[in-house]
Formats: sequence, structure tokens, C-alpha cells
Amino acid sequence: MSYETILCTLRERLGPENVTASQFRDNYRLVVPRHLVYEALACLKERDGFDMLIDLTAVDYLHYPNARDRFGLVYCLLNTATGQRLIVKTFLNEPELTVPSVWPLWKGADWLEREVYDMFGIVFEGHPDLRRILLPEAFTAFPLRKDYPLRGRGERHNFPILTRAES
Amino acid sequence: MALSLPDVMVTRLDQLANWVRKNSLWPMPFATACCGIELMATGASRHDIARFGAEAMRFSPRQCDLMIVAGRVVMKMLPVLQRIWLQMPEPKWCISMGACASSGGVFDTYAVVQGIDRFIPVDVYVPGCPPRPEQLLQSVLDLQEKIRRTGTLTGREFAQRREYEGPRLVPAPDSARIVAPGDFRSATRQWDQNA
Repeated sequence: MSYETILCTLRERLGPENVTASQFRDNYRLVVPRHLVYEALACLKERDGFDMLIDLTAVDYLHYPNARDRFGLVYCLLNTATGQRLIVKTFLNEPELTVPSVWPLWKGADWLEREVYDMFGIVFEGHPDLRRILLPEAFTAFPLRKDYPLRGRGERHNFPILTRAES
Repeated sequence: MALSLPDVMVTRLDQLANWVRKNSLWPMPFATACCGIELMATGASRHDIARFGAEAMRFSPRQCDLMIVAGRVVMKMLPVLQRIWLQMPEPKWCISMGACASSGGVFDTYAVVQGIDRFIPVDVYVPGCPPRPEQLLQSVLDLQEKIRRTGTLTGREFAQRREYEGPRLVPAPDSARIVAPGDFRSATRQWDQNA
């Protein structure tokens, strides 16, 4: 199934104004709005055979030149039968940083969504266990946001000091 | 028991104990990064840390008296490091191996502890990124010299050092915060003007 067919079926399903497509060499990209992203991904999986979620990550466009939205959420899909790859993107803005979890479609999204939540604070509705995965539970900030200082807010200095006499 | 003996005898016993201890250090390899590879090379036959009596690496802190912190320690790992340090029996020493363990190295980020000496006592620092095995061997020799000079049978040298010996913690002012650049093409880092 060619990318044009995939795009056509998706536009029929979601409405032509809701799917923006672009291409760079063999890199095919779709941009769909936030409230339709689950429907689009479900359609791509069930109908077009994109049965593997290669990666799920996010981008913070704060201070980025000519950016209109704050966060971009990127889904990289692979059709293991044909080898086709597709990148689906959606944009999020504060305060609505919630997006439906794709865990029901790909179980591999579990840890990927937890990592995006950990680093960017994007909440995935319907995720079975949305906890921090890399940072300590007590961490309060989302450090990959661009408004978070590189050196942190003193979290790395917040430990008890052991002296020679007491240890 | 040794305290009831005459002073001269205690001094001799101290020297004997120090001589025994310094030539039989049992390292606890706390290897978290690439310095751990150099630590393994130091333990391997070519550089052979056994020549200096420190070849008995044990992975249980209860059996060790020398902690070699090789590699960066992140804020999630530091409570583990402190717990392992507390689990080691006295007398015990600590070598901070490499730039990351000593100062955070190039990892001046929110998650990496800027030197383990801020939170646990350190006896010898080894510079380098990562240090050569020769440098680590030299640090073991320096530590042996330190044990020979300062060690006592009853561990009084530790009880005397009650003060925190690491660097003073200075909270960073808001103006010292580094944020992501506004323009990716012209700069990789930029001082935050708004903070």
C-alpha cells in the first residue's frame, strides 16, 4: 500500500483539513490535531498494518524560531510486513497537556509514555501505570522542558552530608 | 585492650596495624561509568593491582575497606553510594577516581552530583578522564602512605576528623542558571536574561 493511499484513507476518515502531510526524501510525516491522534494511530495500525511503534518522544519548541506550539509529540511507526515507516506528529499547548495513551494499540508504548511524562510532563490518559521512570519519585520538575534550568533548581545538592566521624 | 598498654607499645602496635592494613586493602569497586573500565584494567594482569596488595575486590561492602568510586554519580545513585559507604566496616577509606566522581566533570547538569566529596568523605582524588591505570596505582600508593602516617589501631584518626571536609555548598543564584538557547544555530548555551 503506497503512502498516497494511506494518506487518502486517513483523510477520508478524519477529514481532509485535519491531516497535514509532508515528505523529505523517504521520510513521510503526518501532522494530526491532538483530539484525533488516537483515531489516526488506530486507523494506521488496524487498516494500514503499522504494527510496531518504533519510538514515541516529544519536543519542546519554547524559544524555537517560528514555532507556534509549545510541545510536539512524535510517533514513529513501522510496518514490519512491508518495511514502510511513518512519522505521526501532534502539537500540544499548555494547559491541555493530555493526550490519549496508545498503550491499547502497542504495549511497547508503556515505558515510552512514562519517559515522555517523566521528562516533559505530558499526561497520557488511559495509561495503566503513569509513574516517573527515570527520575526519583520525589522529583517535582520536568527537566527536558526548555524553561527548566540546565543545572536544575538545587536537586543535586539536596542530600545529607556524611562526615568522617559518623560514618 | 590496646589502650591499657604502655604508650610505646601502643605506638608499635599502631605501626604494625597500619603496615598490615596498608598492604592489604580490599577495594569495593563502585564503578558506574567508563572509569570502571580503567579500574578493571588496573585489576587485570598487565597493570596488576595485586603488586600493591589491593587485588581482592569484593562486591559486598561488608568485606571491604577501600571504596573506589569510579565514574559519575547521579542524584538517584547517591543515596545508594551513601548506604554502601555506611555498610563498610571501619577502618575504611575512599578514592574518588576520575573527574566525574571528584567534581562532576563535564556533566554539569541537574541530575549529576558535582563531586562525591560533597556528601561522603574522600581520602584521595585521582584526576583524569578517565585516569590511566598508573594514576590509580599511584593513588593506592598515596593512600598507603596516608594510612602509614595517620592510621591508629583504634581508629582515632577518624574520630578526630569531625568536620565536614568537602567543598562548601553555595546555592547558585538565579543569574547563574543556564537555560536552553533561543537560537540553535548561533549558540549552544546562553545565559538566561529573564531569570
